[in-house]
Amino acid sequence: MNRKHLISPKSQDKLFKIFAALCTGLVLLTLLVLLIDIGIKGIQRINWSFFTNLPSRHPEESGIYTALAGMVGLLFFTVIIALPIGILSGIYLQEYGKRNKLAKFIEINISNLAGVPSVIYGILGLQLFVRTAGFGNSILSGALTLALLIMPVIIVSTREAIKAVPDSLREASFGLGATKWQTVRRVVLPASFGGILTGIILSTSRAIGETAPLIVVGALAYVPFVPEGPMDQYTSLPIQIFNWTSRPQQGFVVNAAAGIIVLLLFTFILNGTAIYLRNRWYKKTAI
Amino acid sequence: MVQKDSYITEGSPYGIYKLRVEGLNLYYGTKQALKDISIKIAPNTVTAFIGPSGCGKSTFLRCFNRMNDLIENVTITGSVMVDDIDIYKNMIDVYQYRKKIGMVFQKPNPFPKSIFENVAFGLRINGESSKSVLQGIVESALRQAALWEEVKDNLNKSALTLSGGQQQRLCIARAIAVKPSVLLMDEPASSLDPISTAKIEELIYQLKDQFTIVIVTHNMQQAARVSDKTAFFYLGELIEFDKTDKIFTNPSKEATQNYITGRFG
Ligand SMILES: Nc1ncnc2c1ncn2[C@@H]1O[C@H](COP(=O)(O)OP(=O)(O)OP(=O)(O)O)[C@@H](O)[C@H]1O
Ligand SMILES: [Mg+2]
Repeated sequence: MNRKHLISPKSQDKLFKIFAALCTGLVLLTLLVLLIDIGIKGIQRINWSFFTNLPSRHPEESGIYTALAGMVGLLFFTVIIALPIGILSGIYLQEYGKRNKLAKFIEINISNLAGVPSVIYGILGLQLFVRTAGFGNSILSGALTLALLIMPVIIVSTREAIKAVPDSLREASFGLGATKWQTVRRVVLPASFGGILTGIILSTSRAIGETAPLIVVGALAYVPFVPEGPMDQYTSLPIQIFNWTSRPQQGFVVNAAAGIIVLLLFTFILNGTAIYLRNRWYKKTAI
Repeated sequence: MVQKDSYITEGSPYGIYKLRVEGLNLYYGTKQALKDISIKIAPNTVTAFIGPSGCGKSTFLRCFNRMNDLIENVTITGSVMVDDIDIYKNMIDVYQYRKKIGMVFQKPNPFPKSIFENVAFGLRINGESSKSVLQGIVESALRQAALWEEVKDNLNKSALTLSGGQQQRLCIARAIAVKPSVLLMDEPASSLDPISTAKIEELIYQLKDQFTIVIVTHNMQQAARVSDKTAFFYLGELIEFDKTDKIFTNPSKEATQNYITGRFG
């Protein structure tokens, strides 16, 4: 016999749908309002000179040239430091490491590291790279700090991606006489590439937006030149935006909004590329 | 054991055994999974391993290509001789050795690569990169596996687009492309429909000319159809090993009789 419901299952279903739609709508609306607000404020400032001008005391003449160059340089060094170490650690821990207490301990701690507030990394970077290693407030110090920050994310996502590769594929490879390394390189990594790539991109997006640790390791707010090497001083777009928002003049607030638009575009393009690459990869490998 | 000398030389023109196991014991940790197994298998024969679930058929099969090495805490004593070489003596290069032993698994496990790359895999890891050599071998392996006609126009399509039966034949092609001399098959047809199963059985019959085949199966009819000799395992022991006809019509052990008539297992 049918139990009597206060509300029939069908309308329950409907109610839940409406509720979920409302929640999603609220989030989207907030985001939209923010974007529109920034868009209206900032779009007027976006023109060619905004990208090519150096920072200046006059908001209308100020540009993000150095900040953009600093950010690209910073990201470049962050990625070339963090990627190989992160991916290789992930591969080692998942494919080669023994399953024992030590492995468990390391595993838990890496996951914990991924959750440590970024300013803590800044303090670590300040002591380790800026002072002890003597790199000063250079791009290298910043990149090393950001690399530390995103490495746990890369390690964890690499491991997850590798874990998802079924053992039957490894057995097939070993059965054909492949060595461990051949199996990893020709079977495990290609099959997990999509997942690894997602981790890389997500962590890079995280690195782009980071401001706090960079302030601690001494990214400068005012840099009237473009960094030419890893040992140069630098600023980065989030730092520049942060700096502009703290100025009293309305013109700088407009500049900050324009900077945010550029930063957002950067992130969107990055994530978009990741999604595109990943989908293409999945299509090729999994039907 | 039960072998009679008149049987063990049959099917082997020179009286040499392809596979010879003596006093093999295998432990998973402290749990003994194989108990004092001895068996001799002649070249170019099909041997079926039968027995109830968990009796150690897969474990034993995996001893022939040292796949149990991949599992931690496995201890093996006794000897497994392939072409009169003891494969558990440390001198042999296990990776080189595995190339001589093809393996087909219960569930088809093609790589998420193209059909071509699946079959070419074993050659590529051997360092073969000449396109024409690869093409030649891929084609002949696919022909041998009776799959060529179905896939010849789609060699670059993902292997995962094939049906289960086609995937299993692809796995067979992949295994034989490296020209092994032994083919180990662990319930190769158990996840397939009757038509695909019939195709695989037909294939086994034809491959016998070139390979020594060992097949694990739960299907009595299949064992009777494809194999020359049958080994019956029970609780980690080899109970009886004899000509397939004899095992299925007039086994010497009561346990075998009970199993094939379906009284347990
Ligand atoms: N990796 C392992 N670790 C520990 N014990 C195992 C492992 N693999 C198998 N065993 C045990 O060894 C025994 C034999 O297993 P095996 O898989 O060889 O049986 P099988 O005859 O192939 O069974 P089935 O017909 O179900 O495939 C079983 O008791 C099983 O639980
Ligand atoms: Mg089995």
